[in-house]
Amino acid sequence: MDNIITIENLTFEYTRGEESDPVKAIDNISLEIERGSFTAIIGKNGSGKSTLAKNLNGLLLPTEGAVYVNGYDTRDDDNIWNVRQTAGMVFQNPDNQLVSAIVEDDVAFGPENLGVDPAEIRRRVDKALEDVNMGQYKKKAPHLLSGGQKQRIAIAGVVAMKPKCIIFDEPTAMLDPKGRGEIMSIIDELHKEGITVILITHFMDEAVRADRVIIMNEGRILLDGTPRQVFRQEELIRSANLDVPLMVEMGAKLRERGIDVPADIITEEKMVEFICQYE
Amino acid sequence: MIRDITIGQYFPGNSVIHRLDPRVKIIATLLFIIEIFIVDNFLGFAVAGLCLGAVIAVSRVPLGYIVRGLKPILIILLFTFALNMFMIDGHILWQWGFLKITAEGLRTAVFMAIRLILLIIGSSMLTLCTRPLSLTDGIERLLSPFKKIGLPAHEIAMMMTIALRFIPTLLEETDKIMKAQQARGADFETGNLIHRAKSLIPILVPLFVSAFRIAQDLAMAMEARCYRGGEHRTRMNEMKFKGRDYAAFALLALFLAVIIVESRIF
Repeated sequence: MDNIITIENLTFEYTRGEESDPVKAIDNISLEIERGSFTAIIGKNGSGKSTLAKNLNGLLLPTEGAVYVNGYDTRDDDNIWNVRQTAGMVFQNPDNQLVSAIVEDDVAFGPENLGVDPAEIRRRVDKALEDVNMGQYKKKAPHLLSGGQKQRIAIAGVVAMKPKCIIFDEPTAMLDPKGRGEIMSIIDELHKEGITVILITHFMDEAVRADRVIIMNEGRILLDGTPRQVFRQEELIRSANLDVPLMVEMGAKLRERGIDVPADIITEEKMVEFICQYE
Repeated sequence: MIRDITIGQYFPGNSVIHRLDPRVKIIATLLFIIEIFIVDNFLGFAVAGLCLGAVIAVSRVPLGYIVRGLKPILIILLFTFALNMFMIDGHILWQWGFLKITAEGLRTAVFMAIRLILLIIGSSMLTLCTRPLSLTDGIERLLSPFKKIGLPAHEIAMMMTIALRFIPTLLEETDKIMKAQQARGADFETGNLIHRAKSLIPILVPLFVSAFRIAQDLAMAMEARCYRGGEHRTRMNEMKFKGRDYAAFALLALFLAVIIVESRIF
């Protein structure tokens, strides 16, 4: 198996103040992310999921253990720019990650930092903006755009750096349902093009699209598997104070009433299909 | 309401002046300002005014728009005018009590007023016809030779770029905080000056807190996008002097020559 990210016994601690004891945000996690896969990481606030994301591209460095991105150790200063170019990151707040007052200049920011040739930057910027359907907003100012549009610009900014893997740290948390839908379909699109996607989220219904779901609780991995395998463990999920996807819940309620819904139905389409064929 | 503020008062357009390389415009503006101070007679001002008029005509920025920009400095203008008019000794034209107007005073007053007006219109043409971001780019390029003596040219330009980007964001934030405080009964409009100034403190504190939070987020996002200062950095829009830029330099040299010759002769 070809892994783009390998996490070995990762522990991450931080201190709140000078006198308080260090808090373990991540507690001895080992994990491999396969190249080209789509992994969703779920957890409630304080479960360590965002801290884990920031460890994946060297924004935070392990207290113990190691993280390898495309073979590069994130603790190695000489490789840090390779790590960050390989694993791009989109953050939660669309406003606070745009650097320039003009859309296309902002998308160019990453490639400019990498020292890419100007003509090539131009090509990448145009292509990236087309990819997120924002081509016609090239010359606009970001503050005049909607949250979803701003987030699309942020994604284009990462795509223009040609990363092999993109980490989305709750990209839809601050968006309305329309913006959320737009971002999710762009993420699907990028995954289809071969980019490894790691989606940090607390929306269960976003996670069912992934190939693999990891549920985190108190800095540890609670569940790890395909969405079907994971969401079958309803009680365990609820014990971590998380909800299960709507369709899983609906399936369980239907089963209580004697309708034999297969446990592997977790998406809306499959549920609709099942109900329509039910006799 | 506060969102209407346009920093640098850029007037969108597509004239030759707008399309000139920002470096040319910055140099031209600096030279123009220096010349205004060299000029010591009215004929020189006429030449400078004529040239400035030509630039305005070519730029197609409406004159009314430019004149309106003078409004904020009207008080300074009148104050200087009055001060010069009444305070300079010489041949008395009119006197009333201790107030007197002298011929020399009147001449100096008019002279200074013209100088100030030309100065302000001249420099505002730079911001009116140049996008703020091209301006910061231009400043970066012009300052880059001084990097050798330790001037952080790239960092200065990056700071200006980020400031321009976040002005609307912070205005929005201020609006939000004010509304939240008003909803809880805060009063920003009545009372004397001290009272009103005091009521701004509950706005400024959360505004600073949120500015720091934004800065932290932004710094992390920039790091994630491989930002490591000006070293090894390329630019999407390279700045290259074109034909029109060289033409502008030629005109500028001509203008400079005329002003120098004129001030020698008269």
